[in-house]
Amino acid sequence: MQDATIAAIRYGFGLRASPQPASPTAVLKSLMDADRVVQAYPTTDLDQARQMLLRAKEARIAARDGDPDAQKASDAARDAIRALPREVLRATLARICDADAPMRERLTRFWVDHFTVALTSDAAAALIGSFIDDAIRPNLTGRFADLLRAAVTHPAMLVYLDQVGSIGPGSRVGRKRKAGLNENLAREVLELHTLGVGAAYTQDDVRQFAELLTGLWFGPDRHIPFRPGWAEPGGETVLGRTYGSDDPARVADIHAALDDLSVHPDTARHVSRKLAVHFVADTPSDALVDRMTSAWMATGGDLMAVYESMLDHPEGWGPVGGKAKQPLDFIASSLVALGLSGQDVMALDRKLLRQSVMRPMRLMGQRFLRPAGPDGWPEEAEAWITPLGLAQRIRWGEQMPRRLVAGPLPDPREFLDAVLADAAGERLSWAVGASETVPQGVALVLYSPQFNRR
Amino acid sequence: MATTRLTRRGLLQRGGALIACSAAAHPLMTTVTFASAPWENRLVVIILRGAMDGLDVVRPLGDPAFMAMRGGLLRGRDDSLPLDGYFAMHPALAPLMPLWSAGQLAFAHAVSTPYRDKRSHFDGQDILEAGTGMDVPASARRDGWLNRMLATVPGMNAQTAFAVGRDELKVLNGPAPVMNWSPDAALNMSPQARLLLQEVYHEDPLFRDAADEAVELAELVAPDESTPRGAAMADAMKRGGGTAIEALAAFSAQRLREETRIAAFSMPGWDTHRRQPQAIGGSLARLSDAILLLKQGLGPVWDKTCVVAMTEFGRTVRENGSGGTDHGTGGAMLFAGGAIRGGRVMGTWPGLDEAALYQRRDLMPTSDVRQHAAWAMRGLFGLPSASLERDVFPGLDMGTNPGLIL
Repeated sequence: MQDATIAAIRYGFGLRASPQPASPTAVLKSLMDADRVVQAYPTTDLDQARQMLLRAKEARIAARDGDPDAQKASDAARDAIRALPREVLRATLARICDADAPMRERLTRFWVDHFTVALTSDAAAALIGSFIDDAIRPNLTGRFADLLRAAVTHPAMLVYLDQVGSIGPGSRVGRKRKAGLNENLAREVLELHTLGVGAAYTQDDVRQFAELLTGLWFGPDRHIPFRPGWAEPGGETVLGRTYGSDDPARVADIHAALDDLSVHPDTARHVSRKLAVHFVADTPSDALVDRMTSAWMATGGDLMAVYESMLDHPEGWGPVGGKAKQPLDFIASSLVALGLSGQDVMALDRKLLRQSVMRPMRLMGQRFLRPAGPDGWPEEAEAWITPLGLAQRIRWGEQMPRRLVAGPLPDPREFLDAVLADAAGERLSWAVGASETVPQGVALVLYSPQFNRR
Repeated sequence: MATTRLTRRGLLQRGGALIACSAAAHPLMTTVTFASAPWENRLVVIILRGAMDGLDVVRPLGDPAFMAMRGGLLRGRDDSLPLDGYFAMHPALAPLMPLWSAGQLAFAHAVSTPYRDKRSHFDGQDILEAGTGMDVPASARRDGWLNRMLATVPGMNAQTAFAVGRDELKVLNGPAPVMNWSPDAALNMSPQARLLLQEVYHEDPLFRDAADEAVELAELVAPDESTPRGAAMADAMKRGGGTAIEALAAFSAQRLREETRIAAFSMPGWDTHRRQPQAIGGSLARLSDAILLLKQGLGPVWDKTCVVAMTEFGRTVRENGSGGTDHGTGGAMLFAGGAIRGGRVMGTWPGLDEAALYQRRDLMPTSDVRQHAAWAMRGLFGLPSASLERDVFPGLDMGTNPGLIL
């Protein structure tokens, strides 16, 4: 299989007309270039999110007396927040369509899922843009420690995994309010973000780590990332090491624990394996995972070294087709294949965006940023290519290209060659040529196994 | 149409089960006739994801320690619905009170799976659905107990069991044929498009079988809207765009009236770390709607039906710092249906004194959810205990018969 095909399909969103990296070196190098598309298609930053949440809170309080105008204002403030995920999805697709470095968009998808913040509250909806653009994207190519710290301590994560409601029972505020711990974030950091659920940690480690994490805070009205008065006094022992013995509690002790977790061998293996599963195969070989884990341990969790060890491995740069695209990736790569630009995506009216992207994604089993839990979306092809999910992809292929492409649809045979090249195969080429109509031929390409796999 | 062709292989593959004979082209294409099913009774399994707080659903008001630890969540109000003088039901389940009075609603309290201590939703649900003990490593938990039950019964056809909705149901994963469909799906293709589709999917079994099944299933589900019952079911099947639990219940009822004997679906929304009164109240109201829709939809078949709702574990006995509860151990399960001897809370109550708690924080489990599920299947389907303890729930000791099934 050609290098350009592997690069585009395994580490990007498919082949397209404009140039893109076509070798392992070029893919890695592209990650070092400036993040142009995040500038071109920004989302809501932390200050804006904070203001929107504050406005909604104040409007809600003002509406308590039952004044209809105040209620209307409160509803409007809330609706403005609830519209944000749609715009984050739009920006996500626009960035993909215009990406000079498609691998950056793929890595963003991966890490956003690894550090899942499901949009189960208005606060999470407001903060998700900043989470992606401030915590994830700037840290894709550095040390895992930096990414971990940024993701775990970001307000969106603190809200999603209930850290904002966790108070050290022995802290000043905890004693006064008789408030207590919430273990959620501590547990998920150990179980999902770092060591992995099979690792050798105990309920006591979770408890101690939860005590250590107390003090991390977010509130829309005040910018206070850490409140010592909420933090459990005294040291906490996590995996045999004690942190934060000195008073007062400091956020640096939390960072120290996260740093240690980031280079724990169990973390290296768990997260390397997840990367290999996401990019290469649902069941990657031990050899590949070993190699990535070694790169992780040898470099103290330098993510570029880990990516390189995957791209340089014969499995990481072999023929594609072992994995199925998730629904977001199916739709995004369809937009790329159909030649939509980022500007085209930005110009889609809300109704069309809903009909062509949001609703189909939900019906394919992937409501945007709403996985069932903090473990994110499943990876196995069998989880997505179900009768239900596939029926929806078929329907999308038949209906949406005509609605999304301004001019005439491409000749199906040329379209096939442009988007699948040497990954197409004879049987598909024959069937596309045998289509009765142009839309039918284009649909066939889009719902073919070859296009839905990677 | 008297017969429907279904690709059994696609059904097998749904759960990622290993396929022994994948080399041959179509050896498993079978013609399914709507032959009589192996039993008349029906079982509906509802997986409540997120860890339902059993102590809030079935409140042990007779336990002096309860109000001391849960006074904040109850907010001083006593709107609980008295059940038996000791336990009382959450007020959001009020619509089910007539079922309780009629002996068609029961609970089992202080239950759990064998899963302990890590309190992870995902592991907890995996073990709940796998039905194994902790001696089986995660990598070996490939199929679910409901599927293994089906596999012990000869003459099963693909219509016997349905996994309903878009959520993966590991409880039905495994080698026995199972249907999976959701009320919101439909696929209408021209004959030519369908031929080409078969052509391009031919060499990829995953795609081929999924597409074949999709086309067949779409034809099976439409209710007869000219009757009030059918109209109510058709209406419920549209809720939440066909994905709400009410829609899944109505769809299940629709299938269970016919050849189907087993239906399973799941409902999220039980992870009440914060603002528990609002969160659990809403979820219980929807669960209660779903049960009543099953009753309405099943009509006379309700008398042959047992609904079992179960969750991965319970929640902490004490409230947490944010108006909710954290992951715990012992919890509760719910049974409903005309086939049960209800109107009672089953299980041995361990008490809520500090010393009686599991690790001084959780309700101590005194029975295993698998025991209750096993007795339900024994009562409904006459399965031998030996098979339930060996094949369905390997290593389980079923204990004493609670006499749940009439």
